[in-house]
Amino acid sequence: MSLPLTGGAGPSRTPSPRLTRLRRRLTPYTFVAPTLVGLALFLVYPLVSAVYFSFTRFNLIQAPEWVGLDNWRFLFEDDNVVRAAKNTLWLVLVMVPARMLGALLTALLLNQVKRARGVYRTLFYLPALAPPVAATLAFVLLLKPGTGPVNTALSALGVDDPPLWFNDPAWAKPSLVVLAMWGIGDLMMIFIAALLDVPAELHEAASLDGAGSWQRFRYVTLPSISPVLAFAAITGIIGTLQYFTQAAVAASVASGQVTGGGGISDTFGYPEGSTFTYPLWLYVVGFRYHVLGYANVLAVVLFVVSMTATVLLLRRFKEFTR
Amino acid sequence: MTRRNVLLFVARHAIAIALSVMFLAPVVFLGLTSFMTSDQTLTSQPWPTSWHPENYAEAFAKAPLLRYLLNTLLYAALATGFMLLASVPAAYGLAKLRWRGRSVTMVAIVCMMMLPPQVTTVPLYLFWADAGLTGSLWPLVLPMLAGDAFSIFLLRQFLVTIPDEYLDAARVDGAGEWRTLRKVVLPMARPGIAAAAMFQFFYAWNDYYGPLLYTSENEANWTVSLGLASFRTMHHVEWHLVSAATMLTMIPVVVLFFFAQKAFVQGVTLTGVKG
Repeated sequence: MSLPLTGGAGPSRTPSPRLTRLRRRLTPYTFVAPTLVGLALFLVYPLVSAVYFSFTRFNLIQAPEWVGLDNWRFLFEDDNVVRAAKNTLWLVLVMVPARMLGALLTALLLNQVKRARGVYRTLFYLPALAPPVAATLAFVLLLKPGTGPVNTALSALGVDDPPLWFNDPAWAKPSLVVLAMWGIGDLMMIFIAALLDVPAELHEAASLDGAGSWQRFRYVTLPSISPVLAFAAITGIIGTLQYFTQAAVAASVASGQVTGGGGISDTFGYPEGSTFTYPLWLYVVGFRYHVLGYANVLAVVLFVVSMTATVLLLRRFKEFTR
Repeated sequence: MTRRNVLLFVARHAIAIALSVMFLAPVVFLGLTSFMTSDQTLTSQPWPTSWHPENYAEAFAKAPLLRYLLNTLLYAALATGFMLLASVPAAYGLAKLRWRGRSVTMVAIVCMMMLPPQVTTVPLYLFWADAGLTGSLWPLVLPMLAGDAFSIFLLRQFLVTIPDEYLDAARVDGAGEWRTLRKVVLPMARPGIAAAAMFQFFYAWNDYYGPLLYTSENEANWTVSLGLASFRTMHHVEWHLVSAATMLTMIPVVVLFFFAQKAFVQGVTLTGVKG
């Protein structure tokens, strides 16, 4: 396919140099035009309207009405947002490092193993592909307080009162971390590739200098893979800021109440709000209470927080946009 | 092998085997539960006392599981096809062509890739409601005609590794840019395209937030994720049926993975950065 700009006037039908130049300048845009439209429609437009809507009051029936800073003032009186933000912060602080550490340790282990490495790698990786709803269901079943296999095993091992996992406010978030650890495979693959890229000569040189294995890890491996670690940390934080599905499904299923479809928000946060994350609150405000102005305040705050992480990413990895 | 090496060998494999068991256990237990009677799922007996493969048929009978699966397949297939149509040319334009606004566009793409979907949820929901498309999966499929930020990013990472000499050779032969893309770049980029397609397919197949947002009011358009999360009777979760249905949603993912493992592994590493 090419732009129909060629047909010149001359009998030889060679295009004029100006047309050729124009055509060459415009061709790239034919490749990216749909994407540019998409960015305008699905990034710029909703961001601008979210900011505008955050100063208005409306629901699905009433049109937006300007209320100035009212919604923003409410942000500071909203106990739910504090609770939700605390839960999300907890997950960012615990889940992201736990996943990274787990993925790094398994990657280091597999780098040392020669025989059957491919089999182990596949087995460790596959859970990362499991649909989040399916994985969450499996873990609620696995960690069922009374009769689940984990607690049955713990009782058999002599643990007197094993945790109630998804049914205990103190254990529900740690249970979500356990579930997240099951899916570390994708990170592990990235780390394995990074470890393979560490120049072998550096390790040899360090060994000759008498460095032990910990020192080689600390002074050779770690600096070489630090860009990958930074990338994993930043994308992990952004991923956890939007943590929704597992928290919603675990609460719904563990609560044992009849929910599902749109009614699922009835059980959000079970037990006792311990799994109530920031995106869940945004969803409840917008799509259960239909307080759309305030929902956009929450959206703008989430945008600002995630943008901070994105800016870090863009500054650290200039090659992404060059 | 020295004594120390033997010990290391044993220790490493012992840990790796223990980890393998831990990674497999949830799926194995789910599989076992899917063959139990409803009563047995309420006991702590992990091995089925009698085997009931008919649970799978019952799961289809108790809920419109087939419909959910078809909806999910339609969503995933259309999203993937549309995504490729727009993302491959866009990635080529961003990786190999020079034009004004290229780096700004790349920054916008990274921002979009990193943007939590909840940020734009309300305006976009209203947008699709105005278009009369809420209640269907179209709000999740149609935007893919403009490409998907993550896929464009992934494909671009792949395309920048193709040496310019190949493209220049085609251009010297008088091929236009679109022809160069079709004849030279597409064959070389096949692994990258396969990886991007699979990521997109899995993303849609696994998606819960999108279908919840747009189709929860209309059960006819539910996907399996949505159906699974609401699979229960009035009083409790019917674990033997939930397990059977859950196993069914995992099978296509595993099959697809084994068919295209190599492209997939390569794709995963591309999502990271060079060490």
